[in-house]
Amino acid sequence: MAVIAIDKDYAAKTGPRDTRESYHGNIMVYVHWEEHLFFCATLAFPLPPAMPFGALVSEVIAPHYAAHPDAAHINWSNVEWMINGEKTKPDFNASLEANGIDHKSLIRFWTPGLHGETGH
Amino acid sequence: MSGTKKLGLRQRYEHLTRGLDWETTYQPMDKVFPYDEFEGIKIKDWSAWEDPFRLTMDSYWKFQAEKERKLYAVLDSFAQNNGQTGISDGRYANVLKLFLTGISPEEYQAHRGFAFTGRHLRGAGARVACQMQSIDELRHIQTQIHTISHFNKYFNGIHDFSKMHDRVWYLSVPKSFFDDARTSGPFEFMIAIGFAFEYVLTNLLFVPFMSGAAYNGDMSTVTFGFSAQSDESRHMTLGIEVIKFLLEQHPDNLPIVQKWVDKWFWRGHRLLGIVAMMMDYMLPKKVMSWKEAWDIYFVEAGGALFQDLARYGLKMPKYHEIATAEAEHVSHQNWCTFYQYTHAANFHTWLPDNEHLDWLSEKYPNTFDKYYRPRFEMWGQMAKEGKRFYNNALVQLCQVCQIPMVYTEPGDPNTICFRETQFNGQRYHFCSDGCSDIFKNEPEKYVQAWLPVQQIFQGNCGGATIPEVLDWYGYKFGEDNFDYVGSPDEKLWNEWHADKIKAAS
Repeated sequence: MAVIAIDKDYAAKTGPRDTRESYHGNIMVYVHWEEHLFFCATLAFPLPPAMPFGALVSEVIAPHYAAHPDAAHINWSNVEWMINGEKTKPDFNASLEANGIDHKSLIRFWTPGLHGETGH
Repeated sequence: MSGTKKLGLRQRYEHLTRGLDWETTYQPMDKVFPYDEFEGIKIKDWSAWEDPFRLTMDSYWKFQAEKERKLYAVLDSFAQNNGQTGISDGRYANVLKLFLTGISPEEYQAHRGFAFTGRHLRGAGARVACQMQSIDELRHIQTQIHTISHFNKYFNGIHDFSKMHDRVWYLSVPKSFFDDARTSGPFEFMIAIGFAFEYVLTNLLFVPFMSGAAYNGDMSTVTFGFSAQSDESRHMTLGIEVIKFLLEQHPDNLPIVQKWVDKWFWRGHRLLGIVAMMMDYMLPKKVMSWKEAWDIYFVEAGGALFQDLARYGLKMPKYHEIATAEAEHVSHQNWCTFYQYTHAANFHTWLPDNEHLDWLSEKYPNTFDKYYRPRFEMWGQMAKEGKRFYNNALVQLCQVCQIPMVYTEPGDPNTICFRETQFNGQRYHFCSDGCSDIFKNEPEKYVQAWLPVQQIFQGNCGGATIPEVLDWYGYKFGEDNFDYVGSPDEKLWNEWHADKIKAAS
């Protein structure tokens, strides 16, 4: 459905405030560790699209989730990944872009055997 | 003028409204009232408008002046007797910080919105009612500022409330709520604020704050609450008259009104999450739980209201059952958020102590022990070991309500609820079906959202580090933010009560 506005040209005169061009070469990437709501919400990072996926894991994801006692036990080789709604096995040596991650992509991951403080 | 009979109230009110109205001739009426048709609402006969109250200006000024005299007498006496030292605990001041930065600016937004509808609705009776509400709302923010300014002399975090409201990450939630209402047409504004907010949800906002003030020894806030109460009952009668009038005027209005009711109920439910958190976590002396308040004021009272409106074909708001299920979770999820982002809040946080945890377990037997108590106990243990948990990343926000993506799937409290859509080649994310529906109905409006996290990353909020952004927000780092324990607020409170503390130890 379209906006109800008094100005017929409303859509032409307005636009989003968070397109990729406004991020100085970065893309905004969302990351969420499933079953660990110790971290209350999905995290957001501005990242260069050429960053290797492995660097995202070691330099961004791992340090930001380190506070949880489960973090030390993560075996990154058996982590289950979902990128933009699809289960996938990312290539750690390829870039974010080559792994299908674009502006405002959502990356969710599950750590088998590690289910957080309220895990069942 | 000898021999003229004194006019009755109804006649006087008609002179004030209809009597001062006229059909314009220099300009067509459609040009004088350009905003009241584009939303698709059809009004056949404005004269069918039933005035929800008949208050002429002379009696309005008289009533309001009387209330002001009483309020300011109480405020003077509260100040002279150092009432701030008699509140239940220094933690209580944080409730007022939340109120002044998150709620009072919305009184001002309501003032602006009703001034707009008070100009642009074509019916004179409705216009005058809106103008009076507009003046009421201005009085409310004024009395709130005056009341809470006394606390500002002693407690941190409220010195720059208006700037904070415009800039601070979580305050974009109430701000964008009202920005959305005020950029709608006049009829949608009346349903959004006049009906959904002032009628359906208002008790869930004001009763918790005012009863909370009463339970916690803050007689000044109780008094501004009382001073606003008779205004609120007028606002409620206006809200109910608007919805009945629109539904009686034309059958084509029903689907439009239903869509607005669905939207503004959901937006209101999301906004009230901060009140939920305030009730369950921030009041040192509790009034009732959020879940109990929701059951009384929405499930029972709201249910009866919608039963009454069913004769017009209006249904309960979409997703009301999801909102009711969320009443078991929302306060906990919100306080967990502020606890881990305490460095970025303009009020202080704390972990619930054992007595408080037990109260929460008792009030939330279905959810608290299973999902939330283990989290608080883990953070408590970490704090004891000197590893107090701070979340140092920024978060993903919902495109519509602008709340961090903390809410969980209906029926699955361990999994965050993700909804996503694409519009003009861009991805947009939502916390719920409710917010996603609102976006999909008017995507061109919500793509423009000024989302605080996005703006920080783009470099528009003072800098790239947390202290730079907080400075841009107007915070005093180390005074306004972080835990209550160890804060200057706590130090001052303990100084006031040093004798009592000594006697107790």
